[in-house]
Amino acid sequence: MAATVPPTGLSQQAAPLKRLTGAARGDQLFRLVLTICAIVIPVLLLALVLMLVRGAAPAIARFGLGFAATKTWDPVAGQFGAFPMIVGTLLTSLLALLIAVPLSLGVAVYLTEFAPGFLRRPVAMVIELLAAIPSVVYGLWGVFVLIPLLQRAVFPFLRSLLGFLPFFQGAIYGPSVLAASIILAIMIMPFIMSVSREVLLAVPNSQREAAMALGATRWEAVRTAIIPYARSGIVGAVILGLGRALGETMAVTMLIGNRHDSSMSLFAPGYTMAAAIANEFNEAATPMHYAALTYVALLLFVITVLVNAAARLLIWRVSRGGVSGAKAE
Amino acid sequence: MSTTLDSPVAPMRPMAPRVKMAPREPAREPVANEEPAIEVRNFSFWYGRTQALRDVSFTAPRRAVTALIGPSGCGKSTLLRSINRMNDLIPDTRVSGELVVEGTSVYGSVIDLVAHRQRVGMVFQRPNPFPKSIFDNVAYGPMLNALCTRRDLPDLVEECLRRAALWDEVSDRLDSPATGLSGGQQQRLCIARALGNRPTVLLMDEPCSALDPIATQKVEELIFELKRDYTIVIVTHNMQQAARVSDYTGFFDRGGVLVELGGTNQIFTNPKQERTEAYITGRFG
Ligand SMILES: Nc1ncnc2c1ncn2[C@@H]1O[C@H](COP(=O)(O)OP(=O)(O)OP(=O)(O)O)[C@@H](O)[C@H]1O
Ligand SMILES: [Mg+2]
Repeated sequence: MAATVPPTGLSQQAAPLKRLTGAARGDQLFRLVLTICAIVIPVLLLALVLMLVRGAAPAIARFGLGFAATKTWDPVAGQFGAFPMIVGTLLTSLLALLIAVPLSLGVAVYLTEFAPGFLRRPVAMVIELLAAIPSVVYGLWGVFVLIPLLQRAVFPFLRSLLGFLPFFQGAIYGPSVLAASIILAIMIMPFIMSVSREVLLAVPNSQREAAMALGATRWEAVRTAIIPYARSGIVGAVILGLGRALGETMAVTMLIGNRHDSSMSLFAPGYTMAAAIANEFNEAATPMHYAALTYVALLLFVITVLVNAAARLLIWRVSRGGVSGAKAE
Repeated sequence: MSTTLDSPVAPMRPMAPRVKMAPREPAREPVANEEPAIEVRNFSFWYGRTQALRDVSFTAPRRAVTALIGPSGCGKSTLLRSINRMNDLIPDTRVSGELVVEGTSVYGSVIDLVAHRQRVGMVFQRPNPFPKSIFDNVAYGPMLNALCTRRDLPDLVEECLRRAALWDEVSDRLDSPATGLSGGQQQRLCIARALGNRPTVLLMDEPCSALDPIATQKVEELIFELKRDYTIVIVTHNMQQAARVSDYTGFFDRGGVLVELGGTNQIFTNPKQERTEAYITGRFG
């Protein structure tokens, strides 16, 4: 505004000086706050692990590492083994990834490379909305819609088609490992989709043009140039989904049937670690039952950390050899 | 860069070789009865409502370098990208007129786009190697188009890298990532990658604009070598470069009009149009 006459002389020089010192003090304060935040997080993590180890101590002392390989889970007899749950957790997550990754990648590629312009934003928004639905809602939908459908149509069909495999034999219950895996797949798809969509969007146009100028069709450009360019980001998206699947509790509890049993059949009920903890913690009758459940929680924590570390290693391996998208211009 | 050429650019060719090289052929004058590699007739191009090219007609003779010059935004890139239909990627574009490459109508109904783009190589303004190994970059086109067997691939890659004057610098690290190369090396790699497809036409959109003078000189020497076998169309903002490397020069003006096209000597020493003269002497407004 023309009306405000700029101050002259001394005050003009003093003002920025003052602001500078003020800013420096603000900076220091800001830095202090951030440092505290940064320290609090590892401390919290450490406290969590300590609490888990202390709570699980009686079970660790009694069962040792064999806990992870023992099949019986009998609170009345005081016998505890987490093998079926560990298998259930890994199996449901793996199956969920198997179903979700190709579908999500397909949708992400479609939305970034092939879909007509008017479709892209609305569909992407709906996908993001799906990610925000609470898991108990997915669970309810699974119980009332998905399970009847699977029980009536999908499972019998799978059994008649793939019944020669041990995974698709046996009695068909509604709640089952496969039902839980499918609901997990549905739940992690929005995450994998929206993250890999953003990763694909970030691939520079010059890469598309390079491929197409060399005679690639759109699909070939996607397969040989765009996905390879984006692959460390896509692996990251998959890991995000895996992390969610490993820890997901509510919907899985509602659909997996909650039985300490590790049958080969995917139609049979099972258990996951998270579901067992959620289900039994309130009803833990004996201190040993309580300790065993805490031991399960500790194992779940360890498995999650291991899976994440392995995934990080994978990203690192994938992005070595100059394949890191960010490095290439 | 100073666009003022204070002395007429007559003694431009034959060039005095700056680096020892095989003797160069003298510039060829237009041969009347030879069919041009690229023929554009009354070609217009629209991005949505904006018209980027207006009724452009020109021909690019075989095994010669045609340079396109003109102020920014006059449609040079648009024309170049129309030749291999790179503009198809941009929604809402429209063309009229005819564009014929090696006897095939590019916007005709029967064109095989994949085969067309394999025959018409393109080098972009900014080097855009794939984040793959040097070898895989050059092998990309031949593998994609199944131009040679896996066994012959190493020979083909070597040949292309040699032609692009990059072989000596990378022969011991073909497996290392292309993104680790310098900008000039990356651009020559992109040229090698384009050559891998065994094209007949090479389109270059300001291939040296991101390069230092030494890398630029290398690419220019390369262009001079390549025109023995390829038809080259190059867009450049560097008038000295146009004068150095091209046999024919076309001057575009704002609005996508091709003002004048002729032998490079004639355009730079004796332009017929006033606008052209104004542009190349730097009196351009
Ligand atoms: N993708 C696009 N969408 C809309 N208009 C475009 C697009 N690309 C180019 N144009 C317009 O078309 C005209 C010609 O652009 P073009 O890129 O062909 O110019 P140019 O001669 O290559 O310029 P420069 O020398 O700066 O590279 C310009 O007015 C530009 O704004
Ligand atoms: Mg341009």
